[in-house]
Amino acid sequence: MVESRLARVLLRIASGGVLAFLYLPLVVVVIYAFNTSRIQAWPPAGFTLHWFGEAANNPQVIGALVNSLLAASLATVLALVLGTLAAMAVHRYSFFGRQTISFLLVLPIALPGVVTGVALQTTFITFGIDFGLMTIVVGHATFCVVIIYNNVIARLRRLPSSPEEASADLGGDMWTTFRRVTGPRLGTALMSGALLSFALSFDEIIVTLFTAGPGTQTIPLFIFASLQQPRELPVVNVVAFVLILASIVPVWLATRLSGAETAGARL
Amino acid sequence: MFQRRLGGALTVAALVAAACGPGASQAPTGGPATGAPATGGPASAAPTTATIGEGEGELNLVIWAGYAERGATFPSFDWVTPFETETGCMVNTTNMTDSNNGVSLMQSGQYDGISASGDATTRLIQGGIVAPIDTSIFEHYGNVFPGLKDLPHNTVDGVNYGVPHGRGANLLMYNTNEVTPAPTSWDGVWEGGSAYAGNISIYDSSIYIADAAVHLMATQPALGITDPYQLNDAQFAAAIALLEAQAANGALYWSVYTDQMASYTAGDVVIGTTWPLQVALLKAEGVPVEGILPDEGSTGWSDTWMMHADADNPNCMLMWMDHMMSPEGNGQATVYFGEAATSPQACAYAETIAAGHCEVTHATDEAYYDKVWYWSTPQADCADEDAATTCKTQDDWVAAWTNIRGS
Amino acid sequence: MTTATTPPDPPRRPSFVRRLSIWLFPRRRLQVGLLLSTPLGWLTIVYLGSLFILLLNAFWEKDTFTGNVEPFNWTLRAFELLINGEAYRTVALRTIAMAALVTVTCAVLAFPIAYYMARIASPRVRNAMVVAVLMPLWAAYLVKVYAWRTIIQGNGLLEWVLNPFGIDGPSLRAISNSWLVLSYLWLPYMILPLYAGLERIPKSLLEASADLGGKARTTFRRVILPLSFPSLVAGSIFTFSLTLGDYITPDLVSDAKFIGNVIYDNSSLGNLPLAAAYSLLPITIMIVYLAVARRLGAFDSL
Repeated sequence: MVESRLARVLLRIASGGVLAFLYLPLVVVVIYAFNTSRIQAWPPAGFTLHWFGEAANNPQVIGALVNSLLAASLATVLALVLGTLAAMAVHRYSFFGRQTISFLLVLPIALPGVVTGVALQTTFITFGIDFGLMTIVVGHATFCVVIIYNNVIARLRRLPSSPEEASADLGGDMWTTFRRVTGPRLGTALMSGALLSFALSFDEIIVTLFTAGPGTQTIPLFIFASLQQPRELPVVNVVAFVLILASIVPVWLATRLSGAETAGARL
Repeated sequence: MFQRRLGGALTVAALVAAACGPGASQAPTGGPATGAPATGGPASAAPTTATIGEGEGELNLVIWAGYAERGATFPSFDWVTPFETETGCMVNTTNMTDSNNGVSLMQSGQYDGISASGDATTRLIQGGIVAPIDTSIFEHYGNVFPGLKDLPHNTVDGVNYGVPHGRGANLLMYNTNEVTPAPTSWDGVWEGGSAYAGNISIYDSSIYIADAAVHLMATQPALGITDPYQLNDAQFAAAIALLEAQAANGALYWSVYTDQMASYTAGDVVIGTTWPLQVALLKAEGVPVEGILPDEGSTGWSDTWMMHADADNPNCMLMWMDHMMSPEGNGQATVYFGEAATSPQACAYAETIAAGHCEVTHATDEAYYDKVWYWSTPQADCADEDAATTCKTQDDWVAAWTNIRGS
Repeated sequence: MTTATTPPDPPRRPSFVRRLSIWLFPRRRLQVGLLLSTPLGWLTIVYLGSLFILLLNAFWEKDTFTGNVEPFNWTLRAFELLINGEAYRTVALRTIAMAALVTVTCAVLAFPIAYYMARIASPRVRNAMVVAVLMPLWAAYLVKVYAWRTIIQGNGLLEWVLNPFGIDGPSLRAISNSWLVLSYLWLPYMILPLYAGLERIPKSLLEASADLGGKARTTFRRVILPLSFPSLVAGSIFTFSLTLGDYITPDLVSDAKFIGNVIYDNSSLGNLPLAAAYSLLPITIMIVYLAVARRLGAFDSL
C-alpha cells in the first residue's frame, strides 16, 4: 500500500462526492418523472404514474424510438466496417502518412459538432440531397468510425501476430484468416466499440439537428421539440428515465467486454 | 380560460364542420403553377389551374410555434388531425425562432410552406423562394376580410404570394403581483428598467430593434421616426443606445416561447415583451400575469401562408392554406394564439370557443392596428418613394443585434 | 500382394479468394491501399468534402436583402465583418477561456475519482464504478442540461437549498451556470482516459519513490502527474472541443453567447458565409490543439 490511510479516506470521500455530482440531475429527472405538476418547481407537488401511460401512448415517442434504433444500428454497422478496415491497415503496415490517418479519423469527433453539422447540411443542400434517415446515418457514421478504430487498434496492439502467421502457414487465404482467426480475436473489441458507437449515435443531438429532415425524428430530436412545447416536459422526463434504465445492461456489458483493455499492469 | 370552453361548444362546432364536407375538390388533374427557380427575382406570375389536385400524402411546414396544434397542449385545440384525416396529408412542422430563421429554413428547400410574417414575406418573394398563388382555387378565400387582401407585404404587382392567416400585436406582459401599479406604457422595459433589473424578458431577434424605435416615436419625436423598420443612421443609433441600456439592466432574452413561460413561472422575470399565446397559456397555468398593448403602440405581425416555389407537396400545401382560412381552422388557430381572425365566418366560429374573441383582438377594428406596426424587412431604400433617403439594411440590423447580444 | 493405388485427385483450381490472396501477398502497398480506400474515401469525400464546401461559402457573397448565397462570387466581406465586429472577438475569447476553465475543472474533479478507481478500489468496486461513471453518458444530453436548468431556475432545487441560509440563487443569465453544466457534462470524458492512464502506472515506481524518501505530494508531483499527463491531455481533447462548439447549453442555462451560438445563429438565420468564416476559428484551434496533443502522446491514451 503506497497511499497513506488519510489519503485513502480523502480519496474515497472525494469519489463519493463526484459520483453524487454526476447523478444529481439524473435523480432530479427521475423524481420529476413522477411529479403530478407539469411545472418543475422544487419540492415536487406529488406522486403519479400518469405520465408513463401518456408516454407509452404517444405515437411520436414510438416513432422517434424506431428512428433512433434504426439510425444507430446503421451508423454502427457502417462504422464497424470502416473502422476495422482502417485499424487493420494502420496496424499491419507501415506506410507513408500513417500518422495522418489517425489524425484524420479523430477529426470528426474532435472538431466541434456545430461545424460538422453546418458543413454536412450545406453540402446536402448544395447537391439537392433530401434530408431523412440516411443523412442522419451519414453524419453519425462519420464520427463513430474513430470509436471502432480506437478499440480495434488497441486490441490489435495487444495481440501477438503469430496466430495470423500460423494460419497463413497452414494454408489459409486472407479471407479465411480474417474470418477464423483475426475476427474472433477482435470480437469483444468490436462489440464494445459497437456498443459505444451505438450509444453515441443514439444520444446525438448537435449534428442531428442539422442533418435530419422535417419528417424524421430521433429521440433526441423528439426531446428537443418537446422542450419547446409548454406541456410535454413530464413525458420527456419519463422517456429519459426509461432510457437510463434501459442502458444499464448495455453499459455493463460494454465494460465487461473492454475489460481486457483496461486491465493494467500492476507490478 | 380555454379548458372551460370545452365540451358542448366544441362538439357542436365539430359536428358543424364535419357536416360541411371536405373543403377542396378532388379533381385528379391539375396542380398549382410553380414559380421560377429560387435564383433571385420574384417567381413569374400567371398561375393557371382552377382546382387543387390530389394530396401527396405529406406536408412539411415552417411555422410560428402554436400555429399547428394537434391536441398536445389542449385536446380541444386540434386543427391538424382533422386536416390529416380529411386530406391524407400527414403534417410535419418545424418551429421558427424568428423570421430570419424562417427564411433560412425555407432556403434549405426541405419545406412546402411557411406562415411568414411581413419581415419574411418580402425577402421570400424577392428571393424567388415562394410561388404565386391563384386565390380563386380556394373555397374560403372569398370570405376573408377585404382589409386583409392584397396587402403590399404579400402581393406584388397584383400577384398574390400567399393567403392571410391572422394578425396581432406584441404585448407587454407583466407579473400582476410584482409590477404595481399596472403599467400603461413600455417604460418598464426601457428607461424604467432599473426597477426590474435582471428580471426583464426580451425577444431575442434583430427585429426587436423596431420595438426600441416604436418607443422612441413616443419619447423622442424629434428624431422623426415614421416607420420603425426604416431607420436612418441617427434614428438607428438612438435605438441601439436604448437596447444597450436595456441589456445593461440585465435583460433575459427568449427565442423559444416555452423558455419565456418557464422564466415567468419561476419568477425569474416579471416584465417583458411577448406574444398573446404565452399570456393565455400562463393564465391557464394559474401564473399571475397580464398582457396589454401599451399606449405607444407596439410592433406586431400579419402572417401569410406561403408555398415554396419547388414544393414537394404543392397540393397538400394548397389544401392546408384553404383549411387555415376555413372557419374551423382559422377560428381555432386564432383563438389559441390570441390573434385576430381573417373572416366573419371565422369570427363567428371563434365566438363559440371564446366569447368576444374578435372584439378583444380587434379583428375588424382597423383603427386599432394604426398603432401596431407589422414586422417588415428593413431596406436600404427605406421602402418609400423618396429616392434620396437611405436606411439601415437587414444585414445592419442583424449585425447590430449580434453586437448587443454578444458582448 | 498388390496395393491398390488410387490415382491422386486431379489438382483443383484454387478458389478465387485464394488466388487473390496469393496475388496480393507480396504487394503490400496494394493491400494497404485496398484496406484504406473505403474508410479514407468516406472520410475524404463525406467529411473533408463537406468542410471544404462549407469553407468555400465563407468566401462567397450573400445578397444583403434575400440572404441567398451567390456561389463563386468571391469576397472577403464575411471576414471583414468578423474582424471589425467587437462582439465576435469577445465571444471567441469568452469561449476559449471557458473551454480552458472547464478542462481544468474537469481535470481537478476527475483526478481523485480516477485515482481511487485505478489504484485503491477492489476489482469489483472498480468495475461497478466504471459502470457508474459511464451511465450518465447514456442519459440524454438535452435532458441533463434541462435538469440543471430546472435546478438553477427560480423555485428550483438550488434556491430551495440556499434560501434557508439567506443566499440568493444565481440568475439564469449568469455565465457561471454554463461553467457548472459544461464541467458536469464532460466529466466522464475526462475520468475514463485518466483512469486508464493511472492504471498503467507500475506500482513499483510509486514504491520506489516512497523508498527514496518522497512524500505523497512529491510522488504526486514528480511521478504520478507526469506519467498520467498524456491521459489528461487525451481527456482534455474532449472537454476542450466539446465546450468550444456547444450552443445548446449556453442557450439553455445562461445568456452569454459562445462560438457555437454564433455559428448556429448565423447558419440558421441565413448568414451562411459568416457562419462558415467563423467556423474557421474553432477548426484552427482544434487542429493546433490536436497536433500539440499528439506530440504529448495523448493519441495513445485515447
